[in-house]
Amino acid sequence: MSENSSPATAKISTYLMMIVLIVIALSVVALMLSVNALIVGNEVVAGYLLIIGFIAMALSVYVLLQSRRRIASMKIEAPKVMTTVECRKCGFKSVREFQRGDFVFKDLDACQKCNEKMIITAIYKEVKEKEKTYGV
Amino acid sequence: MNVSALLSAITNMFGGAGDSISQILSILFYVVFIVFLFYGQRIQMYVMIREVEGSLYKLKYIKEEGRKITIETIKEIGKPQTDPSARVDRYLEYFTIQPQSMDPAGIVYKLDHILDVRDSRLKDEVKIMAPASNEVQVNNLENTLEAAMALNFIYKVIRHYYIQGKKTLSLYIIMQLQMILPLVMKEAEAYASALKAFAYGQPIGDGAGALVAAKLLHGYETRKVPKDCVVATVPLEGRTAFIIKAEGPGGNVGKPGDAVKSVIEENEGKIASVIMIDAGLKLEGETVGAVADGIGAAIGGPGVDQYKIEEALVEYHIPIYAVIVKEDIGDAVSPMRKEIADSVDKVIERVKNVILERTKEGDKIVIVGVGNTIGIGQ
Repeated sequence: MSENSSPATAKISTYLMMIVLIVIALSVVALMLSVNALIVGNEVVAGYLLIIGFIAMALSVYVLLQSRRRIASMKIEAPKVMTTVECRKCGFKSVREFQRGDFVFKDLDACQKCNEKMIITAIYKEVKEKEKTYGV
Repeated sequence: MNVSALLSAITNMFGGAGDSISQILSILFYVVFIVFLFYGQRIQMYVMIREVEGSLYKLKYIKEEGRKITIETIKEIGKPQTDPSARVDRYLEYFTIQPQSMDPAGIVYKLDHILDVRDSRLKDEVKIMAPASNEVQVNNLENTLEAAMALNFIYKVIRHYYIQGKKTLSLYIIMQLQMILPLVMKEAEAYASALKAFAYGQPIGDGAGALVAAKLLHGYETRKVPKDCVVATVPLEGRTAFIIKAEGPGGNVGKPGDAVKSVIEENEGKIASVIMIDAGLKLEGETVGAVADGIGAAIGGPGVDQYKIEEALVEYHIPIYAVIVKEDIGDAVSPMRKEIADSVDKVIERVKNVILERTKEGDKIVIVGVGNTIGIGQ
């Protein structure tokens, strides 16, 4: 499946971008004011403004990264599908990646060990992450 | 009056005092309070609209990917002379009108007829779009197109309510949409992963029943029964079992209703029991691939096959048992999970238990493996 996102989804919403830009601008102003306050000797106000500026800056960057991550998660990932090939006579078993044309109970080439025809016995995908139980 | 004096006057009015920072914060608090008092619901609605819009973008992306995969698969497998895009776009807008139910007598057969016409029409369309494809590939392409069609439909319905909600600025339309969105998205994502499985001909979770039947009848001679199904006569625990499944390995669910009816009639109703095996929807908290058994016709879809099976069973007084493999909607239409593939042996054990407990030696039984047999031969 294609790994590129379509133009419809590649952009971050203008509304969100506008809010983020405003907050960044305000946080920069707060930081500048804090420097100003420090110069005039008002350390308490400078401290407040510094905290407000940094928090606002951090929040806007976080929101921006979150929306980018959401776009990244929009890609449809094709799961890895495996095919189990077995020899019914000697029990020789091998697991390989799925190839187009594979189906369960399809006859394949001769077994490496006993020369009997091998068949596909299973085709499946493995899901790595465990389902959350929410403690119940 | 300068700005700081004005600030001070305003904050003093609301009982605030102190340095300029606390004055600003105090005013900010009152402004936010007043804005939320009058525009709280509207702000909440805009937040919901943003959320729906985000999901709509995702749905659009999934739908476009679905269309792209479908066209690429048709070009790759079917080797058409002309570009199939226009035909695919036309196909995505296909609709089926349900029969009139004001007088419900005979509606099952009317619906059955409409579904038959739809199926044959779609198969013909696929053959035109992909002339180089064989019967198995035609079935797989038909399934791929149906998944793309489902995605297109989901996108259009959500878009409809989103635009309607924005037009009317109705909180209740937007709220309903936002509430069902997680379930809709889950379904859409399931169809998205189904697309690849159908295009490649990989077995899907819904094929659990078909896989069990295939394992039981593998190595025995099969014959075709109506419609698009196969049956094999297999000795099982001292009984004669007629094992039925849809004909694979192409994407096909067959018509198990007609198949069961014809096998029962061939045996003049002398069937000790019918056992149906299917994938069953699990509840949250249940394990994928868990096996459960019960009573009744285990078969989904529009209900036509279930009706036909129940009708035949009632006519000949045949008991019916069901064994299901639990999975959720996402697992049912995406490539088969290992847990489901591994559950096949447990299902066979359960079926054997039912046979030993509920029938006598020498009896004839019917075992039906229900589900899409894509990627599963016989």
